This record gives sequence, structure tokens and C-alpha cells, in this order.
Amino acid sequence: MAKVKGDIVIDIEKCKGCELCIAACPQGTLEKSKHVNQKGYLYIVKVEDNCTGCANCALVCPDAVITVYRQTSKAKQQVAKISNVTGDLTVTVKE
Amino acid sequence: MSEKKMLDDQHYEEMIQEESICINDNIVYEAPKSALYDTPMHYCPGCGHGVVHRLLAEVIEEMGILNDVIGVAPVGCSVLAYNYLNIDMSEAAHGRASAVATGIKRVLPEKLVFSYQGDGDLAAIGTGETIHTCNRGENILIIFINNGIYGMTGGQMAPTTLPDMKSTTSPFGRDVITMGAPLKMTDLVAQLPGTYYVTRQSVHKPTNVRKMKKAIQKSFEYQKQNKGTCFIEVVSNCPSNWKMTPVESNKWLEDNMLPYYPLGDLKTPDGK
Ligand SMILES: Cc1ncc(C[n+]2csc(CCOP(=O)(O)OP(=O)(O)O)c2C)c(N)n1
Ligand code: SF4
Ligand code: SF4
Ligand code: SF4
Repeated sequence: MAKVKGDIVIDIEKCKGCELCIAACPQGTLEKSKHVNQKGYLYIVKVEDNCTGCANCALVCPDAVITVYRQTSKAKQQVAKISNVTGDLTVTVKE
Repeated sequence: MSEKKMLDDQHYEEMIQEESICINDNIVYEAPKSALYDTPMHYCPGCGHGVVHRLLAEVIEEMGILNDVIGVAPVGCSVLAYNYLNIDMSEAAHGRASAVATGIKRVLPEKLVFSYQGDGDLAAIGTGETIHTCNRGENILIIFINNGIYGMTGGQMAPTTLPDMKSTTSPFGRDVITMGAPLKMTDLVAQLPGTYYVTRQSVHKPTNVRKMKKAIQKSFEYQKQNKGTCFIEVVSNCPSNWKMTPVESNKWLEDNMLPYYPLGDLKTPDGK
């Protein structure tokens, strides 16, 4: 199965750098930045492009900092699976 | 292990622009917009109060009850809850939130009323009010944030402080012989005939956050049906007064608080 693609947007000025999102992320997508925001907190940044959009980070964030996106897989819908040719053949169409 | 590289801001922006999936159609989670103000909360980094506020706001938005909810804020760190929740709210004197909520609900029975209280508030100075409110079966929701300590005043011992746990007023650890054993308010109120739904939740992990949200949803549903008092304890953290980082505090919560305050429903309508 194709990997689900997700992404997040971080409102860095509201982040308090508590690191709970780093601990909750199963992918290791997040890390602390080297810079501080206006409040003086080391905010969170994305360091890997492997987010799956599971929203774990947003669920544990006490300051409602993170918005999570997940790519809808409409474009890659499987329409037919043809068996017994020489191998399996999967046909897909793009919308 | 893949080697992590810190992307600077410019790279990050390029990465987003390349092929952004950050469009409205793709949103799977965003912060509540109408029930939660877009102001930074004053809570310490990593404090569970923020998560519970957010969940309340999410449920209120999703159930479309923004104009039908009235909250009562306590004395404690969450004394300013009305600065963050865009709903009608009242303040109450220390410990009296459930009494004030009773009054509001009796005058405006069509409104959905909840009180939001800490453990110093609900289980120490407000024990009497809490027990009698639950015993009368007032149609309100009581949210009880149990962080085992008086947060706002600087980490004094609360009735819920664990045995041997250090606080500013129990510097050698809570001695259960002279100070009593931690009070399990939730177990106590579950015995009372007036309570309809009594549960103990936490917000330290994504799965627990999801369960907590369901518990709030259920409680408002029951209140609509006039079923009696709903009581949700949230085993929470206080990184500042526990003198830990937020991540450490959640680990400590799991290792020490949860064995004493096990999570789960204590009283449900179907009697499980
Ligand atoms: C009548 C009265 N007594 C004492 C106080 C001082 N006081 C303010 S907050 C607080 C304890 C709050 O602790 P808790 O309810 O556990 O909430 P938390 O701050 O941990 O969220 C106390 C004793 C007060 N404000 N009013
Ligand atoms: S959980 Fe929220 S406030 Fe804490 S570091 Fe992550 S984004 Fe920032
Ligand atoms: S959405 Fe999931 S994978 Fe993506 S950063 Fe958050 S926790 Fe990690
Ligand atoms: S003192 Fe404790 S309960 Fe109060 S905001 Fe800070 S971490 Fe939260």
C-alpha cells in the first residue's frame, strides 16, 4: 500500500516548546528549532518529510498550535485488478 | 536510524511550496476556531489544562452548542478559563463551582452547564459542595483536573497528593499516617445515587485524548436528557510544581499516578 502523505503547519508564535508533540509523533518528524519565538520559547519545526498526517502531535498539544493535513487519495483510485495474465496487473486511472 | 538534518526556515518554506498538500480539503485536524479564542494561554508549557480546554471547545463546536453552554471557572490555575473559551462563563469562590453551577442550571434548565475544577478546589475546600451536588444529582457536568497538587499557589500538598510525594508543604513526602491517604473523589461520588456517569480519564497520550473527548460528548448528551450529574476526573500533570519537563511529567504520571488512579469508567448508564 502506498504510504499516506501528510503535512503539518505549526503556529510557531503560539508554541511553548514543551516537546509533547515530539514524544507523540511515531515518525520522528518533529524537532526543536534552534531559534526562539517572540515569547522566548524554542519552537517546533519539521525536520523530516515523512509525516503521515496521523494528528497525534496535534492531539497532545496543549496550545492548539498544529494543523494537520492528509492527502486524499482520489487521484490514485484502483479501478480494476486483472489476474491470471502473466503476473498480476493493476490498472489505475487519474482523474 | 536516519540522520536528521535541521532544515533552516528557507529550506522549510521551499519544501512546503514544492508540492503543498496544505489545502482546506485535506485538513484532518485544526484547532477549534469559534469556541476557543486565538490567544496564547497562560498555562505553563505542557500543562494538561490546555488540552482539556481545547477538547471542551472542540466538543462545543462539533455539537453546535456554543450558545447553549455555560461554564463555571474555579479558583486555581484555570481561574482565567473564560479568557480562552468563547462561551458564557461565571467565576466561583474557591471550591464553590458546583454550587454556582447548581444555581445557574436551576434558573436556566435548558442550558448545558459545567464546572471546571482543580483538585485543591474540588477535593479540599470544595469537598462538601461537590459531594452534595452529586448527591442531589444536579444536571451538570463536573470536570475535575487532578494533578495531585495545588498548582497556582506554588505546589502545596492537595488531598490527592500521592503517598511519599514531595510538595512544598510535605517536603519529606506525604506521610499517610499523619496526613491521610490520597482522597479518591471519583470513587466516592460514584457511590452516590445522584451521579449518572462517572469516569476517570487522562490527556497524556493521543488515545487518551480521544477517549476524553468522547467522555465530554457523552456527558453533554446525558445532560440534554436530564439524567443527573456527570463527573469526569482527568488525571493530569503539573510540570512546574512537580519540577519536571513536560515529557518527564507525563512519564511520571503514567508510572505513579495511574496505578493509584486507574483510568476507566466507574459508573455508566448500562451499569458495566
Ligand atoms: C477561599 C480561598 N482560599 C485559598 C485561596 C488560595 N488558593 C488559590 S488557588 C489554590 C489552590 C488551587 O489548586 P487546584 O485546585 O489544585 O488547581 P490547580 O492550580 O492545580 O489547577 C488556593 C489554595 C483562595 N484563592 N481562596
Ligand atoms: S506540543 Fe504544541 S506547544 Fe508543545 S512543543 Fe509541540 S507544538 Fe509546541
Ligand atoms: S501528524 Fe503524525 S506523523 Fe505528522 S508530525 Fe504529527 S504526529 Fe508526526
Ligand atoms: S502550575 Fe501546574 S497546573 Fe498550573 S499552569 Fe503550571 S503546570 Fe499547569
